[in-house]
Amino acid sequence: MAAAAPRAKTRVFTAIVIATNVLGNSFLSRGMQSVGELVSLSPIPYIRALFNPWVALGTSLLIVWLLSTMALLSWADLSYVLPVTSMAYVLVALVGRFVLHEKVSWAHWAGILLIMAGVSLVGSTNPNTAGSRCRGMQT
Amino acid sequence: MRWLLVWIIVLATTAGNVLQALGMRHHGEIHDFRPGALGRVAAALVQSRYIVASVFAMAISFFAFMALVSIAELSFAVPATASTYIFETIFAKYLLKERVEMKRWVGVLLVAAGVGLLTI
Repeated sequence: MAAAAPRAKTRVFTAIVIATNVLGNSFLSRGMQSVGELVSLSPIPYIRALFNPWVALGTSLLIVWLLSTMALLSWADLSYVLPVTSMAYVLVALVGRFVLHEKVSWAHWAGILLIMAGVSLVGSTNPNTAGSRCRGMQT
Repeated sequence: MRWLLVWIIVLATTAGNVLQALGMRHHGEIHDFRPGALGRVAAALVQSRYIVASVFAMAISFFAFMALVSIAELSFAVPATASTYIFETIFAKYLLKERVEMKRWVGVLLVAAGVGLLTI
């Protein structure tokens, strides 16, 4: 049914999922570092952390990430979406290197190359192999 | 403490993603992205037990992740959860009945290995 080459819709949503993941996690991390250590079973410190502007911005972007992932999963395989959107890790590492000027070790560069190779392999497979069959699988 | 949080995140993320994919497959492909149509999608999804359970699992994963990044660096926190790729691909094949061909398996293993290398 679906062609092997991903449709424009799949590519657009994959890009949104990756971008909101990278920016959301970066802002969240930045905010949490100014909030300080947070290991608690009580919800109060977490709710208080949400009032930090970076945490709030990061959390909002991660909500967009969640919704766009859900939309993408309504037509694309989980085993396609997860590896392909892991391109976000590569971008996190590159942002760390070129924006935050963190050192990137040889192991990190090797990791980045492996992820890129994996993403291009999975990206060349058919994004939707379970469409109609799975819908009938009422459990 | 940090590895306990990693395991909570791995279990909750795997459950969350698999349930989310299951719920979205049951809903069917979203074609119409106008606000009214998206409102109807949202109304249908909040009644899906898969989606409700997945949001619950992801909330656990999210708060555990927040706790983890407050005591560890993001460059530890993000790659430490690499094993979710392998668990989720197994569930995708056997529970979601996706066709995980060799190319996709090799790709997933490369991604998981690459994400794992980022922890070093």
